[in-house]
Amino acid sequence: MIDPLAWLILLPLTWAAIAFLLGPTRGGRIAQAGIALQLVLALWIATEVAGGSSRQHAAGGWRAPLGIELLADGLSAIMLLLAQAVALPLALYARAYFTDHPAGIRHFWPLAGFLLAAMNALFLSADVFNLYVTLELVGLAAVGLVASDSTAKSVAAALRYLFATLVGSGAYLLGVALLYGTYGTVSLSELAPLVEDAAPYATLLAAGLMVAGLMLKTALFPFHFWLPPAHGGAPSPVSALLSALVIKASFYLVVRLWLGLLMPVAPPAAAQLVGMLGTAAIVWGSVMALRQPRLKMLIAYSTVAQIGYLFLFFPLATHTAPDAAQSALQGAAMQAVSHGLAKAAMFGAAGVVILSTGHDQVARLGGITSRLPLTVFTLALSGVTLMGLPPSGGFIAKWLLIDGAISSGQWWWVIAMIAGGLLTAAYVFKILRHAFLEKEQSATFRRLPRMLEWPAFALALASLAIGLRASDLLRVLGAP
Amino acid sequence: MTWYEALPLLILASSLIPGIIIFNLPEERRGLRTTLNLAGAAIKLVFIGFMLWGVARGEQYEFRYSILPGLELVLHADALAMLFVTLSAALWFLTTVYAVGYLEGSPHRSRFFGFFSLCVTATVGVAMAGNLFTFFFFYELLTLSTYPLVVHRGTQSSMRAGQVYLAYTLTGGAVLLTGVVWLYGLLGRVEFAPGGVASVLVPAYTDQLRMVFLLLIAGVGVKAAVVPLHGWLPQAMVAPAPVSALLHAVAVVKAGAFGVVRVVYEVFGVELAQSLGLLMPLAVMACITIIWGSFRALWQDDLKRRLAFSTISQVSYIVLGVALYGPIGTVGALAHLVHQGLMKITLFFCAGNFAETLGVHKVSEMNGAGRRMPLTMAAFSVGAVGMMGMPLTAGYVSKHYLSEGAAAANVPWAAWVLLLSSALNAAYFLPILYRAWFRSADGTWPHEHVKRRGWKETSVLLLFPPLISGVAVVVVAVFADHSWSPLAWAKLIADRQYLSSVP
Repeated sequence: MIDPLAWLILLPLTWAAIAFLLGPTRGGRIAQAGIALQLVLALWIATEVAGGSSRQHAAGGWRAPLGIELLADGLSAIMLLLAQAVALPLALYARAYFTDHPAGIRHFWPLAGFLLAAMNALFLSADVFNLYVTLELVGLAAVGLVASDSTAKSVAAALRYLFATLVGSGAYLLGVALLYGTYGTVSLSELAPLVEDAAPYATLLAAGLMVAGLMLKTALFPFHFWLPPAHGGAPSPVSALLSALVIKASFYLVVRLWLGLLMPVAPPAAAQLVGMLGTAAIVWGSVMALRQPRLKMLIAYSTVAQIGYLFLFFPLATHTAPDAAQSALQGAAMQAVSHGLAKAAMFGAAGVVILSTGHDQVARLGGITSRLPLTVFTLALSGVTLMGLPPSGGFIAKWLLIDGAISSGQWWWVIAMIAGGLLTAAYVFKILRHAFLEKEQSATFRRLPRMLEWPAFALALASLAIGLRASDLLRVLGAP
Repeated sequence: MTWYEALPLLILASSLIPGIIIFNLPEERRGLRTTLNLAGAAIKLVFIGFMLWGVARGEQYEFRYSILPGLELVLHADALAMLFVTLSAALWFLTTVYAVGYLEGSPHRSRFFGFFSLCVTATVGVAMAGNLFTFFFFYELLTLSTYPLVVHRGTQSSMRAGQVYLAYTLTGGAVLLTGVVWLYGLLGRVEFAPGGVASVLVPAYTDQLRMVFLLLIAGVGVKAAVVPLHGWLPQAMVAPAPVSALLHAVAVVKAGAFGVVRVVYEVFGVELAQSLGLLMPLAVMACITIIWGSFRALWQDDLKRRLAFSTISQVSYIVLGVALYGPIGTVGALAHLVHQGLMKITLFFCAGNFAETLGVHKVSEMNGAGRRMPLTMAAFSVGAVGMMGMPLTAGYVSKHYLSEGAAAANVPWAAWVLLLSSALNAAYFLPILYRAWFRSADGTWPHEHVKRRGWKETSVLLLFPPLISGVAVVVVAVFADHSWSPLAWAKLIADRQYLSSVP
């Protein structure tokens, strides 16, 4: 009997172990096969969930509260799908990348497998303690990946990241302990009816700690200090994994807790505050992105900005009409998915530029349109998604969020989103403007294997295509 | 999928698919690229011919694709759409021929023609959009696909122009988006329909409707280059001549003007716009733009820049016609949509010919150009006198209807504005004609690329497009009463706008 839920966690662990034993060359191929299988499983779950049946699995046959229960609903099905869909092209990309540039390859596959297993487990967990464990595992694997090329700079970035992630999950764990102390259970479904309006202060404190810890892990402004060096300094396949997926894992967790647990006790002012931090992230991240001389740092700051949109979910969904709240959730999910695809594509393309020209100075991109046309296309298409222009998924996300803002009468968030889109355009077109310059400004242009350019392009294309298939995605999301 | 659903899609695909193939062609596959370009343009014309025939018989062509519940991409062939689709497809064909000749031997042609095809796809999408969402969708695609064309030369100055272009159009797009989402929030769905759909919101939401109108018009007004949103247009003329021709005659400014038409007539409805008091401010804006554009054109020595300011002025004729309440003004506006396209594309083709053949970029260098290039100059002259509103040219027909419309709408000062504008048009076009025909050339040309061979004053591919569009400028005026003329279509559309709203 195959249960896709359990295998989504076991498969990556298996190929991670094999890759560790066989070494990166053969290990990489097995990893690719494993991820392809995972994608099939994730699609299977998504179709089943869209059909109206949520899936449960009790690990080892032990039911909650003793055992660990896995549960897939609409939100987790989408996140699972996103994780595998981003991981597959990135696995193809990473193999070509590390063949060309072997620094950091030794630990890549085992850590990546570990990361995916932890992330899938996180999306499937149904109790707050188990979520803590998976969250910690995701963080540790990610820190390992940042340090994987063992240069002094990346180790420093990794340590900074480690500090942030430990503090974040520590705060979260404290919240879990408070909840357990108050209610005597950690299962989300058992906690939900217990947490009500008139909650004791311990619950409020727990909620504050958990949300703050997760905001730190998601790098919401002003907790973003660790993100740019970690994402901008890692090898490109790692940057792509981190920016596209890892921060989404902790964001998923905040949304899950907010919707399933904390919304009734949260004061509206708290949601507004989170929204303001999101707006500040949009502005600050975009402005900083615009000022970066290095392409990868620019993209990393763009992640800081794009995270801001995700957090606009909170003011739009808290104590508002059901219509507005639904638009907000749909918009946030679309944003998470399309940003994941587009950002992976962008970091992939940046890696291509670095391998080909040997540098990633934005001001010296001139001439790459003729040498690396596909990569410039990749940058442009993923830029369209980030700007939120049609026909991309980012556009649908923005449409839904603006709709949520207008229908809940909070027009000020509209201004934030519109201005954010224009700021995004400013830094995306900064890249393209330099790329379009006719004069070649790099000493070398190495020819690269196709397998390096195409996966990134496919990701960028996917970030556009989901704009046209948004209704399918939202059907999965809307399922119980 | 039936034929009636497929045809609008096929019309989009006839430029989209060649475009995608062309992107992937290596630079040296010149023959295949040209074949694809021309075949795509020709097939599109054939499909549009079918559709015109069908629409004239009252058949419905419509394609729907649901993106989200309540949010659909709709391509719909109504009479207004057909007017713009036909114009853009016909002029695209000419411009493609012209561009093949113009870009001979220059680098990055695959990229150029790829985006060129995307640009036309987006324009046709704007034309056939059946609801406000679809309109916005293609409107933004148009912004994105024209940017690489504007900066095609890859020089610092074209990059700067591209930046200005984006700053204006993306901001406009953002403003438009706000208005669109707002209106969707109020109405649930916003299908274009003659007579408008917004009247159900009166009187409860009149203030919000005024705000939405302001947002929508400001959004499309950027592309229509209405003063003070016009700053990008004179800059963008650093683009290669075929791009300028397309930008000024069919694609970008026209999409903006077309947007004004759709918003006023088919979203708000002209009756509602009038009763909310929205038409008069629009007319005032249009008149300011008309005068301002013409004034600025007077002082430009750069030929393409002078034409660009002339475009600013002329496109607002369309906006003015829309803002004049009454069917006659509407007819003038819609006819001018087509007529201005024909005249302006002729002028830009000719300007490109002077630059490519003789290296002449400035009005002050044009002495004797008429003797060296009589055919090109003849086409230019037709376009120029058309702009002034000379009888037997397209410009006369539209100006006639616009002036009548001003009288009918009881806004007599608008007619004076039109008269003044004609005088200014003459003031900046006649000196060019005088120099070209009656002065003799002073010595050598700045940079003579192409030598004269017999009657062929320049390359054939460059020569025929302006001649054909120049002839069209006269033909649409002489046969204005024919039932297939742009004027007749305009009358048909105008009738529907006003008849349908009378209970």
